[in-house]
Amino acid sequence: MIRARLLLAVPLLLLALSARAVTGPDEMLADPELEARARALGKELRCLVCQNQSIDDSDAPLARDLRRIVREQLVAGASEAEIKRFLVERYGEFVLLKPPVSPATWLLWAGPFLMAAAGAALVWTFVRARSVRPEEVTELTAEERQALERLLEGGSGERTR
Amino acid sequence: MSARLDTGRPQRLGRGWLYLLPVLLFAAIGVVLALGLERDARTLPSVLIDKPAPEFALPPLPGRDDRGFTRADLNGQVALVNIFASWCVPCRIEHPVLEQLAREGVVVHAINYKDDPRDALAFLRTLGDPFARVGMDREGRAAIDWGVYGVPETFVIDREGRIRYRHVGPIQPRDLERTLRPLLAKLAQ
Repeated sequence: MIRARLLLAVPLLLLALSARAVTGPDEMLADPELEARARALGKELRCLVCQNQSIDDSDAPLARDLRRIVREQLVAGASEAEIKRFLVERYGEFVLLKPPVSPATWLLWAGPFLMAAAGAALVWTFVRARSVRPEEVTELTAEERQALERLLEGGSGERTR
Repeated sequence: MSARLDTGRPQRLGRGWLYLLPVLLFAAIGVVLALGLERDARTLPSVLIDKPAPEFALPPLPGRDDRGFTRADLNGQVALVNIFASWCVPCRIEHPVLEQLAREGVVVHAINYKDDPRDALAFLRTLGDPFARVGMDREGRAAIDWGVYGVPETFVIDREGRIRYRHVGPIQPRDLERTLRPLLAKLAQ
């Protein structure tokens, strides 16, 4: 059926888009191990022009330049941490797609856990409030029972709630 | 008579502030988002502010009476460093502002970014040449050391060769009056 085919075509098209390699063959390193490290590092670095893509994903000229710098430095023997430091010195921590835990970012990292804790606390207070109230109400003292009976007998259609 | 019957009520009132919580949360989120709207998310703050300008030594534009542009040119005087390219349309919009500043005696240097030297020369011959020194950065490597992520960008350098301000995008007359002129006046003191 046409609809079934369409349903299949959309994810396949998306897959094809995501699989498209931006890194050109002229950029790739001859050493497959170094190239793999360069690709992995490129995925962690933000393209400053497009901002929500990694330099590994981006076609922007600046992303290409940064990919080249990453490869040059890897060939020269630099570690991943050294290359990241090189870029952070120039572009700030924004260049790292995964921000490090620092005084400026702890809220970002702790945020989801704080929200979950706040939600749990809210649920707990509501559940507790509901489970407590009926017990208090059901236990009537002898005086109250008498008062209630008086009201029920003497009440002429008055609401007694 | 029914003091005990009412016991549930004061307790419920005490928790009444909880019902205000969503409203307060909404207000807080609203304020944060409103502030976010005011900011331009595409303009990245420079990490180089108040740091010494990076080392660089760029060759001159062939055909321009110049010996190139190096880090040493930034010592001893307040200056602007403009990153431009002939293929960059906003640079053309910005150019009269740079010329105006140069006429007023402000030292303006330039890094010519990823350009064909002939095109860059034609750009300066047609639109005017406000620059003291021009260095050619054909590969864009010097620009990366400056943390540049697009053209035009303009840096304000103080007498000690430190970067004091970065402007991303073309300098509009409004930016000139609001930020650049007051800063240049302060640094010139």
